[in-house]
Amino acid sequence: MIPAAFDYQVADSADAAVAALVSHGDEAKLLAGGHSLIPLMRFRLATPAVLVDIGRLSDLSYITDAGDHIAIGALTRHRDLETSELLGAQAPLMAAVAGQVGDPQVRHRGTLGGSLAHGDPASDLPAALLACGGSLVARGPNGDRTIDAADFFTGFLETALAADEMLTEIRVPKAAGIGWSFQKFNRRAQDWAIVGAAVQLGDAPKVALINMGSVPMRSAAVEAALASGAAASDAASVAGDGAEPPEDLNGDAEYRRHLARVLVGRGIEEAQS
Amino acid sequence: MNAIGTPMKRREDPKLLTGEGKFVDDIQVAGQLWMGMVRSPFAHAKIESIDASAAEDAPGVHAVYTGAQLQEMELWIAPLPCAWPVTDDMVNPPHFPVAAEEVHHVGEIVAVVLADSRYEAADAAELVVVDYEPLPAVASIEAAVADEATAHSELDSNKAFHWPLIPDPEALDAAFANAVHTVDARFVQQRLIPAPMEPRGVLAIPSPHGGEITLYSATQVPHILKVMIAATSGISEAKLRIIAPAVGGGFGAKLNVNPDELLAVTLANRLGRPVRWTEPRSEAAFSTHQGRGQLQHIELAADADGKLTGVRVHIDADMGAYMMLITPGVPLLGSFLYTGVYDVPAFGFTCEGHFTNLTPTDAYRGAGRPEASYAIERAMDLLALEVGVGPDEIRRRNFLAGGEAFENLDVASTLTFDSGHYGPNLERALELADYEGLRAEQKRRRDAGERIQMGIGLCTYVEICGLAPSRALGGLNYGAGGWEHATVRLLPTGKAEVVSGSTPHGQGHETSWSQIVGDKLGIDPADVTVLHSDTAISPLGLDTYGSRSLSVGGVAIAAACDKVVEKAKLIAAHSLEASPDDIQFEAGVFSVAGSPDQTVAIQEVAFGAFTAHDLPDGIEPNLQEQVSFDPPNFAFPFGTHVAVVDIDEETGEVRLTDYIAVDDCGNQINPMIVDGQVHGGIVQGVAQALWEEAVYDDDGNCQNPSLLDYLVPSAAEVPSIVTDSTITPSTNPLGVKGVGEAGTIGSAAAVINAICDGLSPHGITDMLMPATPQRVWRAINDAKGGAA
Repeated sequence: MIPAAFDYQVADSADAAVAALVSHGDEAKLLAGGHSLIPLMRFRLATPAVLVDIGRLSDLSYITDAGDHIAIGALTRHRDLETSELLGAQAPLMAAVAGQVGDPQVRHRGTLGGSLAHGDPASDLPAALLACGGSLVARGPNGDRTIDAADFFTGFLETALAADEMLTEIRVPKAAGIGWSFQKFNRRAQDWAIVGAAVQLGDAPKVALINMGSVPMRSAAVEAALASGAAASDAASVAGDGAEPPEDLNGDAEYRRHLARVLVGRGIEEAQS
Repeated sequence: MNAIGTPMKRREDPKLLTGEGKFVDDIQVAGQLWMGMVRSPFAHAKIESIDASAAEDAPGVHAVYTGAQLQEMELWIAPLPCAWPVTDDMVNPPHFPVAAEEVHHVGEIVAVVLADSRYEAADAAELVVVDYEPLPAVASIEAAVADEATAHSELDSNKAFHWPLIPDPEALDAAFANAVHTVDARFVQQRLIPAPMEPRGVLAIPSPHGGEITLYSATQVPHILKVMIAATSGISEAKLRIIAPAVGGGFGAKLNVNPDELLAVTLANRLGRPVRWTEPRSEAAFSTHQGRGQLQHIELAADADGKLTGVRVHIDADMGAYMMLITPGVPLLGSFLYTGVYDVPAFGFTCEGHFTNLTPTDAYRGAGRPEASYAIERAMDLLALEVGVGPDEIRRRNFLAGGEAFENLDVASTLTFDSGHYGPNLERALELADYEGLRAEQKRRRDAGERIQMGIGLCTYVEICGLAPSRALGGLNYGAGGWEHATVRLLPTGKAEVVSGSTPHGQGHETSWSQIVGDKLGIDPADVTVLHSDTAISPLGLDTYGSRSLSVGGVAIAAACDKVVEKAKLIAAHSLEASPDDIQFEAGVFSVAGSPDQTVAIQEVAFGAFTAHDLPDGIEPNLQEQVSFDPPNFAFPFGTHVAVVDIDEETGEVRLTDYIAVDDCGNQINPMIVDGQVHGGIVQGVAQALWEEAVYDDDGNCQNPSLLDYLVPSAAEVPSIVTDSTITPSTNPLGVKGVGEAGTIGSAAAVINAICDGLSPHGITDMLMPATPQRVWRAINDAKGGAA
């Protein structure tokens, strides 16, 4: 439980953090809330030579109304998402999911940007952003670019972020009045989902699955069924199709596919009610 | 004054909650060296070679020692001890702190680094290169029983011992031959990781010129440790001082003599520098013993009414890689309880211990007794199904003494139960649970075909605690006695000091003992200070395990108080110029019978005993008395637990919705502490039923050593527990039993009985622990013919 030696730098601005990434390359990791990275370091599964601490960039912690979407600073803590009236009114799925991440201590430390950049298929917030149809703003040495959430998660714990880029903002389209649901199945309240489903209806219904593959994913089959007007139970029946979920002590692939069908079905029904 | 029976808040808590209480890791000394352990990645392998040169050159490293080097250094005179060789022919391979030639479980230490900081020690430990030749691993108790490979190369079998307890074999055979109803059931007690909140830790401080060694250890058993360290290290017992500072839970995990403890003492002694180690949570699955690990086979014989006529049990117990302090004795602690609270004419028990290439097992909350209670209580539910009566009724029909009150009752397992009164206890639990109402709701849901079905489970347990009459332990081949020591003294200013041989690690001894002494001496409990956990302050004791502290140590304290009062009475009589026979003592005041104005307070007597200006002839100064109390019998607490679960038949999720516990631990000194123990114990047993299991792969690697994957429940997972008591005093002078393990002993069976009850419409009669959602879903799915 003792991490390998590393250098530690404090970034005083997003640009300074990017500059540090440029100069250290793959050797550096950004440290935000630390709730994904530090456990890996303590088990020496991650051994970055340099930690660039961006946790003090308070100007990247915000939730603001940006017209057609809600703009969220990458360093906004889960707890702030959970309790934001603005987010609760305009993107209620995102706020509700943030309130179910880990336990209160985790939610007070973990950041939205950190969770998304980690790209864990078992995490709640990537699925929420996928179901919301959100996008992400990345800053690199050549300035900012915007990445659609659907294009962001590229492999197991891999994202579209380049080694010299950091997330600065997450954009969630407004969805007031649109039906949604979040279904999280786990054995202890504080744990990652064994399987989870985030559902947001509307003109283009979106259904995202948690822990059903190597990346946070949307279920194209369910979305297509919903778009063609299928009943909830019929749409849910294809939820596990094509998925290659992980197998672990909590469930094998067959059980996870079954859970995906059950949870998506419950999610659609709740979102439609 | 009536402190006994009052739910006083624990005086320990403010210290512990504010950081004033110091745990081993909080204690810092100059010049200390940190140990870093190099651990085997193989469950069974020959050590071919070890290259420590890179580690020796690493920053801050003082030395690196391999097992072979340590043997050459002759740091110890004996292997780590097993104090309970249960049979004369028990196989007990030598277990040294660091393996020299062959490793026998993943995580066994093969080399130790000494460095200036824990970080440098961890870094250097990674640089030690060990060349292993892997050997076939015995990675489960089933594999051990099959005996196709052996866990120790030098042994030709994994079998360590065979232990029978069959008081009357002919009667047992007859019972089964004549039975109308029988039950034949097999259960698995999975391995559990104890996971106390504070991991273990050691700090050994030598005194190079005086030769003394002080060992701080996060231990439950400083007194036992002192004897055992002396016996293994060869260091004079008189030079050893063991201190257990604030200790953050143990559950049996800190009831051992561990490699790190012997290493720290002997290396500190040899090097003349303090040596320390704090167990990282990531090593705890290897560096601390585990609990349970049994295959159980239980058979019941009963007459036409479901009245038991015989119980026959065989246990295959997983010892793990080595015999630790009481490894082989743990299943035997349960042997006497497989007849439960029932009147069973014929009984037979056999146990075989087997070695595996897994972390050693040893005591874990309940130690043998939760396993026994689980087997008989699960089997009684199966008997109820067989006979066609409810689980409550099958119990009523079989209670010892017909459910009536009894004292000193001989039972078939050869013990004498101190006291019991089972009938009213069961009825109280059923009343609190609204059992009939629960059954009605269950029927409603079944009739409606609802997705969430309800299960209701009972467990009427009895346990054996108050370890232990020394003669009984001798009869079981245990290497020590079961007495407890206490000293009580009144200081010149009238305050009391109690020296407790029983050593707390979270139980609240200071609070409870002050209540006993306060009442006994007629002083304010706030005026009582309790000293403990340091062998220099409390040289005699046998520590805390087996729910023994109150019924052995507490009774010793009460007896020491009685002796103090007896002596004080002589001094009071002298100062009141009365005959001792005429002196009365009440609420801290001595008075002369018939002359209520003639009084002297015990505080004044204490001062008089201190000045010694005017003591009666032949009376020594000071008021201090000590007692070593050897209990004439064990204590047998009992109770009824009712678990209610919701079962989501779509997902297999089991949610514990209600839990009702009516425990009987005899007289209660502090009902709030009793309640806390019951709560914690229940959650630990529920955890075995629903969440916890140390899972190993075929190579002997633990798949879930971290608290991320080893699911210790939190408050969010358990309902508010309803507790109540019946009170059936024990036969000891305080009328007390024990309660530290009772919750764990009663709860796993209650929960699994509830699950099986809920699933009974599917024909499901058993469920492996832990009852994971996947297991429950699959059982339902299989019962439905596999259509998901």
